Amino acid sequence: MIEDTIAAISTPPGTGGIGIIRLSGKDVFSIINPIFKGKKNQDLSKVRSHSIHYGHIIDKEMDKVIDEVLVMVMKAPNTYTKEDIIEINCHGGIVSVRKVLEQVLKMGARLAEPGEFTKRAFLNGRIDLSQAEAVIDIIEAKTDMSLSTAMDQLEGSLSHKIGELREELIEMMAHIEAAIDYPEYDIEELGYDLVRKRIEDIRAKIQRLLDTADSGKILREGVKTAIVGKPNVGKSSLLNALLREQRAIVTNIPGTTRDVLEEYINISGIPFKLIDTAGIRETEDVVEQIGVNRSKDIIESADLIIMLLDLSTSLTEEDRYIMNLIENKKKLVLLNKTDLPLKLDKQEIYNRFSQNEILEISAKNKKDIERIEETLKEMFMSGKINMEESVMITNLRHKDALIKADDSLKDALSTIDMGMPEDCLSIDLTNAYKYLGEITGESVQDDLINKIFSQFCLGK
Amino acid sequence: MSYIASNIDVAVIGGGHAGCEAALATARLGLNTVLFAISLDSIAMMPCNPNIGGTSKGHLVREIDALGGEMGKNIDKTFIQSRMLNMGKGPAVHSLRAQADKYRYSKEMKKTLENTENLLIKQAEIVKIHVEDKKVKAVETANGAIYYCKAVIIATGTYLRACCFIGDTIEYTGPNGLKPANRLTECLKELGIELFRFKTGTPARVDRRTIDFSKMEEQPGDKKIIPFSFETDPKSIEREQISCWLTYTNEKTHQIIRDNLHRSALYGGKIEGVGPRYCPSIEDKVVRFADKERHQVFLEPEGEDTNEMYVQGMSSSLPEDVQLAMLRSLPGLENCEMMRTAYAIEYDCINPTQLRHTLEFKEIDGLFSAGQFNGSSGYEEAAAQGIVAGINAALKILGREPMIIDRSEGYIGVLIDDLVTKGTKEPYRMMTSRAEYRLLLRQDNADLRLTEKGYRAGLISKERYEKLIEKKRLIEEEIKRMKETVVGVVPSVQAFLEVHNSTPLRSGMPLSELIKRPELDYYKIKEIDPNRKELPEDVQEQVNIQLKYEGYIKRQLIQVEQFRKLENKLLKEDIDYHQIKGLRIEAAQKLQAIKPRSIGQASRVSGVSPADISVLLVYLEQMNRSKNINK
Repeated sequence: MIEDTIAAISTPPGTGGIGIIRLSGKDVFSIINPIFKGKKNQDLSKVRSHSIHYGHIIDKEMDKVIDEVLVMVMKAPNTYTKEDIIEINCHGGIVSVRKVLEQVLKMGARLAEPGEFTKRAFLNGRIDLSQAEAVIDIIEAKTDMSLSTAMDQLEGSLSHKIGELREELIEMMAHIEAAIDYPEYDIEELGYDLVRKRIEDIRAKIQRLLDTADSGKILREGVKTAIVGKPNVGKSSLLNALLREQRAIVTNIPGTTRDVLEEYINISGIPFKLIDTAGIRETEDVVEQIGVNRSKDIIESADLIIMLLDLSTSLTEEDRYIMNLIENKKKLVLLNKTDLPLKLDKQEIYNRFSQNEILEISAKNKKDIERIEETLKEMFMSGKINMEESVMITNLRHKDALIKADDSLKDALSTIDMGMPEDCLSIDLTNAYKYLGEITGESVQDDLINKIFSQFCLGK
Repeated sequence: MSYIASNIDVAVIGGGHAGCEAALATARLGLNTVLFAISLDSIAMMPCNPNIGGTSKGHLVREIDALGGEMGKNIDKTFIQSRMLNMGKGPAVHSLRAQADKYRYSKEMKKTLENTENLLIKQAEIVKIHVEDKKVKAVETANGAIYYCKAVIIATGTYLRACCFIGDTIEYTGPNGLKPANRLTECLKELGIELFRFKTGTPARVDRRTIDFSKMEEQPGDKKIIPFSFETDPKSIEREQISCWLTYTNEKTHQIIRDNLHRSALYGGKIEGVGPRYCPSIEDKVVRFADKERHQVFLEPEGEDTNEMYVQGMSSSLPEDVQLAMLRSLPGLENCEMMRTAYAIEYDCINPTQLRHTLEFKEIDGLFSAGQFNGSSGYEEAAAQGIVAGINAALKILGREPMIIDRSEGYIGVLIDDLVTKGTKEPYRMMTSRAEYRLLLRQDNADLRLTEKGYRAGLISKERYEKLIEKKRLIEEEIKRMKETVVGVVPSVQAFLEVHNSTPLRSGMPLSELIKRPELDYYKIKEIDPNRKELPEDVQEQVNIQLKYEGYIKRQLIQVEQFRKLENKLLKEDIDYHQIKGLRIEAAQKLQAIKPRSIGQASRVSGVSPADISVLLVYLEQMNRSKNINK
């Protein structure tokens, strides 16, 4: 358990340009060396401990550079976990951070569980006894979290699909096993041609899932959230409040935000990609016209729209125009500026949208911002946001498991090609089943025995 | 009135397959042993199927043999047909099965017991186990004889409060109409042992003279006979074999069953015991698999000197008249006469999670148990537990370390670990699919896996052990030679490959790689391996298998390595799991009940999650540290 090498992104997602991937374990060098191209093709296991190296992480299969990085090498035992540690500093934002992590996992690292670095630090004697309870708290927190994710995923389409794949696999396995354990009974044997076809079917389905995982916007880029509203309604203020730092220019001159701003926020672990659009309005200004057109595109492609209305002015044609645009989108309508005198006819808004899509806020009020965050999280968790093509937060873990399952099935096919017997084949199939099961968390053996007896009529 | 009969080391209760192996083990390890059986005529009786071995069970028998047990030798002496099953499949699932002459089997075993030093067999019913301070003190017979002893091994099989059902007839007897043991259960309850009630059954026997074999398919034995015991010389047991026969049920049979279902003890609700799924009655099969047009029925001889034929596939608790009608609807059995009626039997057994891996009760010092009493099913499963219980009872008395076989070492390990970790809700049958390291746990290498354990325990002679070491050496040497012998691109090799439809070589290749090709094997490439020495057959077999499946074997070995790491993290029995911060309540309760011996076993307890295991790891580390600090 403590023997394998773990990896994880150790910076919170979406909070800055630089992301750090941390690896710990005995295989860190054999993992990093093949994918790191430094100046003199140096072997990182040979460098001095606690040194930093410039280079690139490459995708070996595609033979292309993923990101420009700084790699920090810290050798056991003088590290946090008392194991060899590598930290990869990426510069290319969240997309490349994730890509680098994927490479590392492909090379044999395992995605770390929450608190696992700390756990290792403890188990390896780095942290002293008094801190042990804190470690248990971390593990405990993890249990709660994984329980709730498991609940969420039960409703999700991914786990449903995984369930179907496992069912197909175990049916095939039960067939093979029943014939092995009851050689005298006339169980029709599947035959390798049929087995091959079924494995190929399952692989194709896994591939489709992996494809959606690749294009899966939510994991990689966060929930694409467009902030829309007429000029000076407070979009930038909202964005800043959510980011808790001044980045966009905030003025009271309409149209100051010419470009489309993108920022990431992280609400309880769910990444949101916030897009502040230039105010949408019919305009003669050429520069602004471009921005406005792009805004319409963004609304089209967004997973979620946050629309702002100004309570201190009455509804304009522009507001109604935008409301039409977002009619069929998942949305949260914010009635901003509760701190100013009310001029807006709220009834029209409440007639048009449902109660739970509307919040009255002041972007200047910290409590209100928290309410917004709470609502966004709730919308995501309850599956209101674009769930059908999304992959959940733990996506990378799923993806990892899917790839391993697929590899096992690949092994199964080569077992068939090599003309190896069923008992070898069943090793590969069992592995595939086990990897898929890591997503849903069930045991192999009991499932199989139950399946054999429910499906075949056997015994004296 | 009770009286003190004598002072012995070990008392074994029951003379079935578990009891025999247990008693032989303790006696052979030098301990004064008495085996008590309700009837000395039923020693090693086979009340159900007349065969030993089969898939996964054949593996168990060979493992028992490697440990120094008797079952393999006994069946080698008394078989009437032998087959290696699953030869069309890979080596992991090749399974040896022999039809036994069940009367001779039983007689031979009794003879062996009678001639074993330190062992006395006695006809008596044990009604009480005396326990003081949670420690076994003595056993007491129905006649009041008290035997003081250091260990007791319970192997009561299906005899405890046994009760048989034939349709609406209920008889309070053990198997085959033998006397049940009705009084021991009460004593076990008083000792605080948790009991289950299980059910099993056996089909009818018909008179060979009334069968028309011309309407059935013949199932002859193998030409080449492979013995069960690694010590039996194959030539010494060559003999003429007796065939089994195959026929099928049909729509008429199924109709008879459906019309009479209400008269079945099972469907009539008279049986409360839990029956095994792998041993369904014929009425069960017809009901649950209604779309199946026919079911196989095998007729197996019960011995050489008897006309009784066992009807495999027709277990039933239907009334006698229905059974006969059913049988007579089968091709070849139209005029058959039934000699024994099929019956279902219900009996008391224990929840096996009360046991350690040594098969000793966690709560009662010196009390061991084995076989069907532990919730298993089958002669081989019983014998396997018998020898483990026997060895461990002896080792304990002798003050030596226990012998535990883990899941990566043998089917026996899988069997016992499943029983004591997960428990069972139905009579537990061994299956190859229960063994996760199946490719390593082959029947052909049981000696390589377990002889050393048997030797260390003291049941394997030095001579046999040294022979094994020599065998290992020969295998390793030959494998090394095959890896180092490279054949080049020469005409003789290419011609050889062409003859075997194998791709010609482009460059030199070690022989060990050529063996991996599906169309080739170690035996075939002898032609292009001029330096080959003549090696014993069993060595050749190992070289062939170990090289041919090398990749898969390596993969499983890596899995085993990981498995071992958690098995080696031991947990003390006195841990109070409720006091461990961070464990979920469910996990703490389960762990408290099972008291796993290692983190590995804990991870297999149902209801214990990976997060709980992390908590346990942290706890263990904490304990180790505070121990170090206290030093």
